[in-house]
Amino acid sequence: MLDIKNLHAGIDGKEILKGLTLRVGMGEVHAIMGPNGSGKSTLANVLAGRPKYNATSGTVTYLGKDLLALPAEERAREGVFLAMQYPVEIPGVNNIYFLKAALNSVRKHQGLEELDAMEFLQLAREKMKLVEMDETFMNRSVNEGFSGGEKKRNEIFQMAVLDPKLAILDETDSGLDIDALRIVAEGVNALRSEQHSVLVITHYQRLLRYLVPDFVHVLADGRIVKSGGKELAEELEQKGYEWIEDEVLAAR
Amino acid sequence: MTSTIEQIASQEYKYGFVTDIESDQAPPGLNEDIIRLISAKKNEPEWMLDFRLRALRHWTTMKEPTWANVKYGPIDYQSICYYSAPKQKKKLNSLDEVDPELRATFAKLGISLEEQKRLSGVAVDAVFDSVSVATTFRSELAKVGVIFCSFSDAVQKHPDLIRKYLGSVVPYTDNFFATLNAAVFTDGSFCYIPKGVRCPMELSTYFRINSAGTGQFERTLIVADEGATVSYLEGCTAPMRDENQLHAAVVELVALDNASIKYSTVQNWYPGDKEGRGGIYNFVTKRGKAFANAKLSWTQVETGSAITWKYPSCILQGDNSVGEFYSVALTNHYQQADTGTKMIHLGKNTRSTIISKGISAGFGQQTYRGEVKIMKSAEGARNYSQCDSLLLGDKCGAHTFPYIEVRNSSAQMEHEASTSKIGEDQLFYCQQRGISAEDAVSMIVNGFCREVFKELPMEFAVEATKLLGVSLEGSVG
Repeated sequence: MLDIKNLHAGIDGKEILKGLTLRVGMGEVHAIMGPNGSGKSTLANVLAGRPKYNATSGTVTYLGKDLLALPAEERAREGVFLAMQYPVEIPGVNNIYFLKAALNSVRKHQGLEELDAMEFLQLAREKMKLVEMDETFMNRSVNEGFSGGEKKRNEIFQMAVLDPKLAILDETDSGLDIDALRIVAEGVNALRSEQHSVLVITHYQRLLRYLVPDFVHVLADGRIVKSGGKELAEELEQKGYEWIEDEVLAAR
Repeated sequence: MTSTIEQIASQEYKYGFVTDIESDQAPPGLNEDIIRLISAKKNEPEWMLDFRLRALRHWTTMKEPTWANVKYGPIDYQSICYYSAPKQKKKLNSLDEVDPELRATFAKLGISLEEQKRLSGVAVDAVFDSVSVATTFRSELAKVGVIFCSFSDAVQKHPDLIRKYLGSVVPYTDNFFATLNAAVFTDGSFCYIPKGVRCPMELSTYFRINSAGTGQFERTLIVADEGATVSYLEGCTAPMRDENQLHAAVVELVALDNASIKYSTVQNWYPGDKEGRGGIYNFVTKRGKAFANAKLSWTQVETGSAITWKYPSCILQGDNSVGEFYSVALTNHYQQADTGTKMIHLGKNTRSTIISKGISAGFGQQTYRGEVKIMKSAEGARNYSQCDSLLLGDKCGAHTFPYIEVRNSSAQMEHEASTSKIGEDQLFYCQQRGISAEDAVSMIVNGFCREVFKELPMEFAVEATKLLGVSLEGSVG
């Protein structure tokens, strides 16, 4: 599904990822954990193609394609979804209209028939239940006036509607209360299948209680320094990140 | 990047839009002889000539205003040619001869084939001949007594109406550009809706006879008699190129008791190239007077011209009269617009609404200038003003100058203003969901303009939406 090899990347010439290698297989859920400033969000943004985040060397292969060569919208249409850490507000653009345009551009790209208003609404209603969103959200402007938790739920709702092959969650859990956390995790769990892969980027282990990963990786100073199963997350929770950093230093 | 409207517009000349050299042209310059020549050429009655001469004499005492927030080089009024006979564009035989890029723009705007032919100067076939269509509409209008003709025709055929209303809203002494127009105007439209008549169709300059060659100094007069209702559409979304750089039009609306006039404009004159060279200077005076219980509604979508100087205004003279102003103005590249409205409340319980949406991209500069005046007599007057600005990129500007003058303490005034920016973050958000940057911009811009677009007649609204998209092409990415 996703094959990252020796990726060096950064912003404005400042290198943040320093040779990151990671393989995500079809149907797998991977968690990327790490201290602040380790490059977690940079990884998410480089994969999604955010402007100013540039890869300087290394390769990213996604379903056999050179992901880094595609513009951001093409990546999205190919099934890469980024649930943003800070979803922006788009005043004046209706939530439902926005999402319908997004879904249809994805479907069109994939050679599927575009959904009409009724079909779309039916799908949207069904997915809204999943994230326990009120229908009144649909007629509001994208994220405008949403609370932090509502914005994150909206991200998961969009993800559920767009049905991406690779979902990247960039600190979706930050700033969420326990109920919202559960809803977000359930939304992602509903997406889990043989055909869907998920990359969960998080600072804390708590989301992983609801959203159990197949693999956990620790990112430090732009590289993956340790990988393991779900028990690695628990270990990190107990010991903090310092012991990893110490281990890395000792290994140098 | 796909071609921009500017390129398309500037290519028109290359493709044979050369006007035949007419011998029927006045020498450049402005003096009484020229005015007499214009008047004689148009076979005008004495009173019309008189009006023009008074205007000219007054104009020579005036100075060009400098208060607008626009910059342009000096205009040499003596080098302009103020009269030339209506020009005949070279006819093409089929649309295949039309510049493919221009056709692509037409297609993007969703303009019908027949209209494309008309706009690009292709000879139209008999069935769709615009003159015959116009004639059909004209006879239908005549049935209910509506007069809709060129200003020149009206001077000849309806002198009483013209004499009564010409200059009654915008006097010839009004301002530098309006006075210039009063002296030299060549043609325009006249429209009269008799008492109690609801005009059976939307009147558009498209159906006006003698509409060939839009005038540099156009004059429009619309009179809705007591209880009459009319909706008037001016302009068109297709790119308009004109070799005259200076445009100074005057529009006067008169809504008598219980009458209602809705005036919608889409202005898409050549805005100049990407470096800001060329482009139309559009200095327009538009004003309406509303008598008791009457309603005036201005809706405008301004995307063209290098410089726009335009303040469609309402004089709310009668009690309970209503004035509305809905505006979307877009400036891209080096375009400058100083536009807004004036609402003058004289009558009791008069109400006015102002919704202004300014969009700036590239190096565009945009100014909203609005004046709300509540006179002493305007007991219980109300105004609501909202002006919002949207910026694309960091080289453009938005400025707001609201003037409010209240002389009656019973007035209720509300004013809201906002400035926002289409950020890279918003674009990326849309792109990350699979929406292209251009679609994202047009989605955001249209969301921003929705309140105004819903005031446009249906067909115009659809075209206006597309027009904004085309006008903003190349402003992102």
